[in-house]
Amino acid sequence: MNMLYSIFVEPFVLMGSAPDLLIQTLWEGLVAGVLYALIALGFVLIFKASGVFNFAQGIMVVFAALTLVGFHEMGVPALLALILTIGVMFVLAVAVERVVLRPLVNQPDAILLMATFGLTYFLIGFGELIFGGSPKQMITRELYLPQGSTDLDLLGGLVRFQHIDIAAAVIASLIIAILAVFFSKTRIGRALRAVADSHKAALSVGISLGQIWVIVWFAAGIVALVAGIMWGARSDVSFALQIVALKALPVLILGGLTSIPGAIVGGLIIGVSEKLGEFYWGSLVGGGIETWLAYIIALLFLLYRPQGLFGDKIIERI
Amino acid sequence: MNGREMPVTVDVASLLAVENVSLSFGGVKALSDVSFDIRRGEIRAIIGPNGAGKTSMLNCINGFYHPTQGSITFNGERRRRMRPSAAAAGGIARTFQNVALFKGMSTLDNIMTGRSLKMHSGFFWQLLRHGPALKEETAHRRVVEDIIDFLEIQHIRRIPVGKLPYGLQKRVELGRALAMEPQLLLLDEPMAGMNLEEKEDMSRFILDVNQHFGTTIALIEHDMGVVMDLSDRVVVLEYGRKIADGTPQEVKRDERVVAAYLGLAHEGDQA
Repeated sequence: MNMLYSIFVEPFVLMGSAPDLLIQTLWEGLVAGVLYALIALGFVLIFKASGVFNFAQGIMVVFAALTLVGFHEMGVPALLALILTIGVMFVLAVAVERVVLRPLVNQPDAILLMATFGLTYFLIGFGELIFGGSPKQMITRELYLPQGSTDLDLLGGLVRFQHIDIAAAVIASLIIAILAVFFSKTRIGRALRAVADSHKAALSVGISLGQIWVIVWFAAGIVALVAGIMWGARSDVSFALQIVALKALPVLILGGLTSIPGAIVGGLIIGVSEKLGEFYWGSLVGGGIETWLAYIIALLFLLYRPQGLFGDKIIERI
Repeated sequence: MNGREMPVTVDVASLLAVENVSLSFGGVKALSDVSFDIRRGEIRAIIGPNGAGKTSMLNCINGFYHPTQGSITFNGERRRRMRPSAAAAGGIARTFQNVALFKGMSTLDNIMTGRSLKMHSGFFWQLLRHGPALKEETAHRRVVEDIIDFLEIQHIRRIPVGKLPYGLQKRVELGRALAMEPQLLLLDEPMAGMNLEEKEDMSRFILDVNQHFGTTIALIEHDMGVVMDLSDRVVVLEYGRKIADGTPQEVKRDERVVAAYLGLAHEGDQA
């Protein structure tokens, strides 16, 4: 009885009696959710255009952030380091197309998936070799990202908004919006969707598969870089970020692998429910449910709605 | 038979010349030593029983396959290996036997992809969807709307093509090829699986494309009536070899063709 009370009643009483805490929790959940969505978007981009489930997307987030910080440590000014990092992500995209995708064209999806595992371990090793394995500080101030926080008097309590969180939410939303329009309304966007639908038809109208793959991998690299900067600014830049990046998997299961809106909604749902779960129910099991709640939600979805909220077919091949 | 007269002054130089082309996959010979040409402005049919190598021939012409031997000269340019995107850029468009459309995209978007090679605004303008990119989009949209009008498919402009009946899908696919404004249009069984009315519509479109736009057309077709009506010249393949080449009347009388193909015509009709 006591147990039921603390599961079904107490949390809601608390939400009602301290709405400022609820808002604080929701806000933190939303920020985390937008960033999850951003990482998931990287997966969706590549999956849509090449049918490859890119396991390396998580490590790309870490690699991009490490490269940025690494350049800066070598004495390169922050903005120049940013541009150089974008260049590195482009080179990575070209290299992946040449070395991984092109030789494996027409191979079963499982082989391409395994190739991205290989890419993951290559990036981990290569990153450690060049930048070392120790955690680094994100160069937040040098990139003119806002710091500090604002306390707003809301509903009888102070709600704290970290400026970096606001910036993260705004930038992530902006990128998602640009990509959505890009995908639906432009020549390259159409070509991306065309390649996703039929390789041979795309070839016959003169779309170059190689070029499209470079573009999506580059776009996914940029998305990874932004996600890396934002996560890095909230904690630090280390290979542990990869774990956070893997949170994109439950997001994808919720949203469906092929849907951009799905990635966004899925990200927000996961982000918010994690924070709410941790704050209101976490103490029942001794806390720490933030790390696994997302996977439980994903599991429920796999059982009852495996195609996700917006996905167009069941994920059968991975 | 179709009431057309070949203009006497037409430039009869070949648009495409296939010379001694052979193609094999491992030990299997799909084509052996095939030569023929396609003249500017004509409708050239490629016929033959199932497995004769007709589609392989088209795949060689538009760069999907590279001939093991021999050469293909298109527009005066001789080549043995060509990438499909290069063929498309050179003015070769095609449709497929089993319709290869972008099923999740609308009719309009499908046909717009045909304009891919003609649109040049840079990546960043497109990212912003502004300035040159927007102007370009509008201009090409106009061309595509004309094609949609021409093919009488205004009513399905916004529908995802995966939801359309087969006959209409074939028409959208033709539209996408036309959007490329090709010099040479390759049609792989444009009327397969169509009813009589749809076949008549499609025949009319093919003739219109040929006459009004002067597009050279190579088509594979099993329906002998259609082939005889539409084509100026016919090349006949059997087991990867050419067995006859000439006007429909000549080909119809050829003994080898009668033996190899016409005797089997009922089989092709099921396609």
